[in-house]
Amino acid sequence: MTGTDVKTILHKDIVKFIRECLKKDHPDSYLIAVLHKVQGRYGWLSEPHMAEVAQLLQVPTATVSGVATFYHFFRLRPRGRFAISVCLGTACFVRGADEIVEAFRSELGIGMGETTQDGLFSLETSRCLGVCALAPVVMINEKVYSKVTAKQVPELIRQMQEG
Amino acid sequence: MGKPLAFYEALYRDMEAARDATGIQEKVLIQVGSATCEKAAGADAVMVEFTKLIQASGRQDILLKQTGCTGRCAREPVVGVFFPGKMPVKYEEVTVPKVQTIFQEHVQNGRVVTDLMLDKRTDTLYNHVVTLCSSRSCSPDSGRTLENRLKRRLDANGVDPDTIRIFQGGCMGLCSPGAKGNQRVMMVYPAKALYHFRTDQQLDEIIQSHFVRNEILSQYLTRTDFITENFFKLYGDVAFFNKQTRLTLRNSGLIDPESLGDYVVNKGYEALARILDGKDSRAVIDEITRSGLRGRGGGGFPTGAKWKNAITYTDDPVKYVVCNADEGDPGAFMDRSALEGDPFIVIEGMTLGAYAIGARKGFVYIRAEYPLAIERLERAIRKAEDHRLLGRNIMDSGFDFEIEIRLGAGAFVCGEETALMYSIEGKRGQPRIRPPYPTQSGLWGHPTVINNVETWANVPTIILFGAEWFGRLGTEKSKGTKVFALAGKVRNTGLVEVPMGTPLREIIYDIGGGIPDDKALKAVQTGGPSGGCIPARLIDTPADFESLAAIGSIMGSGGMIILDEDDCMVATAKFFLEFTQSESCGKCVPCREGTLRMLEILERITSGEGAMEDLDKLERLGQLIRKTSLCGLGQTAPNPVLSTLQNFREEYEAHILQKRCPTHKCSRLLKYEIDPEKCVGCTLCARRCPVLCIAGKPKEAHEIDQSRCIQCGECFNACKFGAVKKN
Ligand SMILES: Cc1cc2nc3c(=O)[nH]c(=O)nc-3n(C[C@H](O)[C@H](O)[C@H](O)COP(=O)(O)O)c2cc1C
Ligand code: FES
Repeated sequence: MTGTDVKTILHKDIVKFIRECLKKDHPDSYLIAVLHKVQGRYGWLSEPHMAEVAQLLQVPTATVSGVATFYHFFRLRPRGRFAISVCLGTACFVRGADEIVEAFRSELGIGMGETTQDGLFSLETSRCLGVCALAPVVMINEKVYSKVTAKQVPELIRQMQEG
Repeated sequence: MGKPLAFYEALYRDMEAARDATGIQEKVLIQVGSATCEKAAGADAVMVEFTKLIQASGRQDILLKQTGCTGRCAREPVVGVFFPGKMPVKYEEVTVPKVQTIFQEHVQNGRVVTDLMLDKRTDTLYNHVVTLCSSRSCSPDSGRTLENRLKRRLDANGVDPDTIRIFQGGCMGLCSPGAKGNQRVMMVYPAKALYHFRTDQQLDEIIQSHFVRNEILSQYLTRTDFITENFFKLYGDVAFFNKQTRLTLRNSGLIDPESLGDYVVNKGYEALARILDGKDSRAVIDEITRSGLRGRGGGGFPTGAKWKNAITYTDDPVKYVVCNADEGDPGAFMDRSALEGDPFIVIEGMTLGAYAIGARKGFVYIRAEYPLAIERLERAIRKAEDHRLLGRNIMDSGFDFEIEIRLGAGAFVCGEETALMYSIEGKRGQPRIRPPYPTQSGLWGHPTVINNVETWANVPTIILFGAEWFGRLGTEKSKGTKVFALAGKVRNTGLVEVPMGTPLREIIYDIGGGIPDDKALKAVQTGGPSGGCIPARLIDTPADFESLAAIGSIMGSGGMIILDEDDCMVATAKFFLEFTQSESCGKCVPCREGTLRMLEILERITSGEGAMEDLDKLERLGQLIRKTSLCGLGQTAPNPVLSTLQNFREEYEAHILQKRCPTHKCSRLLKYEIDPEKCVGCTLCARRCPVLCIAGKPKEAHEIDQSRCIQCGECFNACKFGAVKKN
């Protein structure tokens, strides 16, 4: 696969998973699970991918996009190579997460839900990662950083740019 | 003995033999916590380093083990080093260099590294550590009285009380029938001897034997099977833990959550075996009903009654059980820790529930944000299947039951039971009107019992120890224990399990260690976005369903956020409303539009454009949304605003009348000024100001043009001379 060319069909593992679901009771109930798999592989849900999910799982396209738009976890746009997600749950809020959001915003010059021009960073918020005792926390790709301070933000960004 | 009990005994023997084959009883045990928070704090590197050092040392008598979360989150990663027969030692905030020190000094040379110990404990300097059970339900002379009595008797027997460290612990869950109000219990370390006594004479005998002659006096050892015993043996010497009563969390931090064997040798699956061995399914429902167990997901509905209702629909042969692990309250982490620390207890609980109502299929609906919990649960299900504890013909009983995991996708409303069911069905998670309740028409129209993780985790224990025993913990109407996730401005953030009815003060101060930096407590937020803010003056309120509701908050699922003097209550209320507003599914108008209007009003107030009528508007709108919304989300969404209006009205008034935020949290209400006395004219602030509203010549005092200032705080952060003042 060429990487940027996502218009080709879904990965064979996903197709296989969908085929297995079709053999179970209530195949359409696996729609969310399938979308998780698609996003897990491609990072987001594109129109052609969703259309193919609809076709393979035999549910209306409208249902697929209805579900994809309802749940916040699903992304309908690609994100940066480094997906920065600042937790804005209660514990993190109380421990000053808003300052961290501000720091990322001003350092990167982008708003929430946006991606930098070079496609390197995207900024989003999450609603509690369940690590509240170590608040405030930031998740970058899959790694959780705990007890983050606004002062550490420029350093974190520099590390990513270099790594 | 029928087939399931025989099956169980064989299983137990196998698991016990496997454990003994590891030589755990004689070896040095090193335990590393490995839940999500511990991993975030660096537990993986710690594990790797220990593995390397053990290999390099060539020692065969060391056992390295991962466990779930002990709940001592603020000090993670926590590492335990246990020498047979010695005081258990726990280290806090362990890093790779600390691992090297601990290994070299303690493991290799037997010298405890006191500087690194959890809570900087120096117990190794004492000859013995005593934890007294100071629960009022079994001992008439509680806490201090008992401690003084013990000290007097030690003195009288010629033992220097200063060589012994004495703790007042919480209930150990030991209370046996007939013992109520009649016994005193103490655990003595490092011998881990659990004594019970009544008279001074008996106490003297124990002191003479144990503390003078160093011999355990077996005639006063407690023989009652005691559910939290193993947890207490490892952690009962630490104040944070020994004030707790760990029923549902008793294995968390004790067992390897990926080891079925660990669970089985800690009483796992005994309850299921006893029930499947010839007990009617009604027996389970009766026991749960009599125990008074109420749902831990927030509503507090009696669990037994829910199950009973499900079995009235006898004409439908298809039934389901569901475990609600959506844990949507942003600031709560009880269910995640429970599943990461001991997934098997939830699985066993669901299996018992399924047997009770005649379900053959169950679902765990869990948030996608909890990858480790999902992974552990998946493994646990597979292991249970491999050992025929799930699947066909469970324990040779003829009963079939399987569990499937379904992931959420980040929608708070999906924690609501009807929305949750739509989500399992693969649809948009929008709630519907009840009745019909899920117990009548649930998943795909079949009777379905939905319970919270912690509710399920209580079931095996109740079956094992009985409804009467369970009922002795807690209050008249709120039985048993509750797990709280303590976070925010509190020293010991973490998981706390206490009997229902424990005063908030005990949770926050005795267990939580109070507020950091000597700040004053302002409020306790319970129940998350559906709950309220309890002002500091009410912290003697017992934490149970009725008492918290009576003061305008709710028990909720167990999130407990501590707020101190620096927190703005208007901003806090706005925070929760922003949350519920954006999580509203949009199906009903009061919730969709009403919360938006309330939020707009709060925006106005926090940016200095509020009017006093706004407060009445908030109240009226809030009441309306409460009464007319379709589901619990909307019905409870106004709670944070209404409860802060009730308890902290003066803060709202300051924002409106004086255009001032008393805690300086609301940035729009801040005023930055430069103190000409302190300003040296370095020009840094003027260069940093994004709107160029700071004027002044180099080496002269600068000034901020208030009409153009956007209160971004750049100048405040930039100034190295403390000349910029925030008001
Ligand atoms: C908006 C909303 C969110 C909810 N979120 C959860 C949740 O995350 N976990 C949970 O167990 N119950 C949640 N509930 C309660 C469930 O609807 C249901 O009452 C509960 O799962 C029943 O289990 P229990 O009786 O064991 O508490 C929520 C309710 C509402 C209205
Ligand atoms: S509030 Fe941020 S992890 Fe829970």
